[in-house]
Amino acid sequence: MKEVAIIGGGVTGLEAANKLAQLGYTVTIFEREKTPGGHVAQWDRLFPNRRNSMEVVNEFKSHLNGNPAIFLSTAIDKISRKGARFTLEAKGKSFDADAVLIATGFELFPAEKKEEYGYGIYDNVITSAELEAMFKEHGYPVTKSGKQPQRIAFIHCVGSRDEKVSRPYCSKVCCVTAVKQSIEVKEAIPSAEIYCLYMDLRMFGPGYEDLYKEAQQKGVNFLRGRLSETSELEDGRVLIKTEDTLSAKPLKMSVDLVVLMVGMSPAEGTSELIAGLDLKPNKDGFVEIIDQHINPVKTKAEGIFTAGACTGPNNITDSVNAARSAAIEIHQYLSSK
Amino acid sequence: MIDFGYTPMPITVHNMDKADLSLAKWLAERDETFNHCISCGSCAATCTAGKFTDFSFRELTHSIRRGEISKAFSESEKCMLCGKCILVCPRNVNTRNIVMLIRKANQIFKP
Repeated sequence: MKEVAIIGGGVTGLEAANKLAQLGYTVTIFEREKTPGGHVAQWDRLFPNRRNSMEVVNEFKSHLNGNPAIFLSTAIDKISRKGARFTLEAKGKSFDADAVLIATGFELFPAEKKEEYGYGIYDNVITSAELEAMFKEHGYPVTKSGKQPQRIAFIHCVGSRDEKVSRPYCSKVCCVTAVKQSIEVKEAIPSAEIYCLYMDLRMFGPGYEDLYKEAQQKGVNFLRGRLSETSELEDGRVLIKTEDTLSAKPLKMSVDLVVLMVGMSPAEGTSELIAGLDLKPNKDGFVEIIDQHINPVKTKAEGIFTAGACTGPNNITDSVNAARSAAIEIHQYLSSK
Repeated sequence: MIDFGYTPMPITVHNMDKADLSLAKWLAERDETFNHCISCGSCAATCTAGKFTDFSFRELTHSIRRGEISKAFSESEKCMLCGKCILVCPRNVNTRNIVMLIRKANQIFKP
């Protein structure tokens, strides 16, 4: 039976593995973290319908029954071509495969790089991921001093559409995530006053625009302007400054909590990993695919496929579709060999 | 005192800590479509009154949302209630009703 190695045990890797195992291949997933599910497993609820994210992760995980098999805490350091097959190396171990799927996903933009936003400097500046962790832990956000915030600002495009931090691309999912989170905060703390500071609202998916309208109905305020800087006030609250571009006037306000909508950055180590196969990342640092329209899951290296957010910012729907597409491409490749 | 011809600059910064959002809240409570605006400007672009005056429904409601209500009532008087803006609004904002509400609010809120 031909063997397929999948690097990354997020929703993309899990779903591709499931489909390839159904097609009759021996499939092994290599996941560098202790648990499968990737970033989705870290999230509390998903846009646009706010379902529990573990529902989705558990569905994909339920197919892990020996084939596909998964190695956890196993980071692949090197892939090399050996004849018509590949050798994958992890700390002291090596594995062989007939085809490889790169599904290493993404990393959240390190918010401290936007130093003027005060992340890591001021107590009440957090990231969207930290807000999800708060929802997971107690269902509502808290300030550093343990209080329920009464005024919250969501800052869109942190590490997206920003050439100053070498992230010129849009991360796609942060707009709708901010809208989702703003509704969740409003439901958890109805008296809270919420402002979303955006550049554009990119509500591209089904149900996203409805979610935006729902946020407006619930009284979330949308303010077009990019955050210029934050400063900490004596009581630990945060002063934010921006331009209200719709009235062409500078604007300032103090808030209890600032949530930075961190974008998707290329996963650490992936470009080094593919370098061994003579593959270069694309201009944004993600894994390069052969053709955006005609073949979005193939790489230039024969036998090496890729899917999910390692090819660029993706939502779960796109990642799962790419995973299934990659499974078919791998099946065709291995059948013709 | 010598008059040098200089006066203090008017404060142009929106300070949301001091903004009076009572009218915005009052309007949203009476017509929830007040909050549905996406600032596209369709209303202002099609406005009959806007052809001859500087009236803009978008600007009017936007400044109410930023707590600038001193001019809201006189601005609302410029509207001719033709209703073209209702026809073009992609978010179904009940624009004419909101203008009427602002005029009504003038009797309740005394700026």
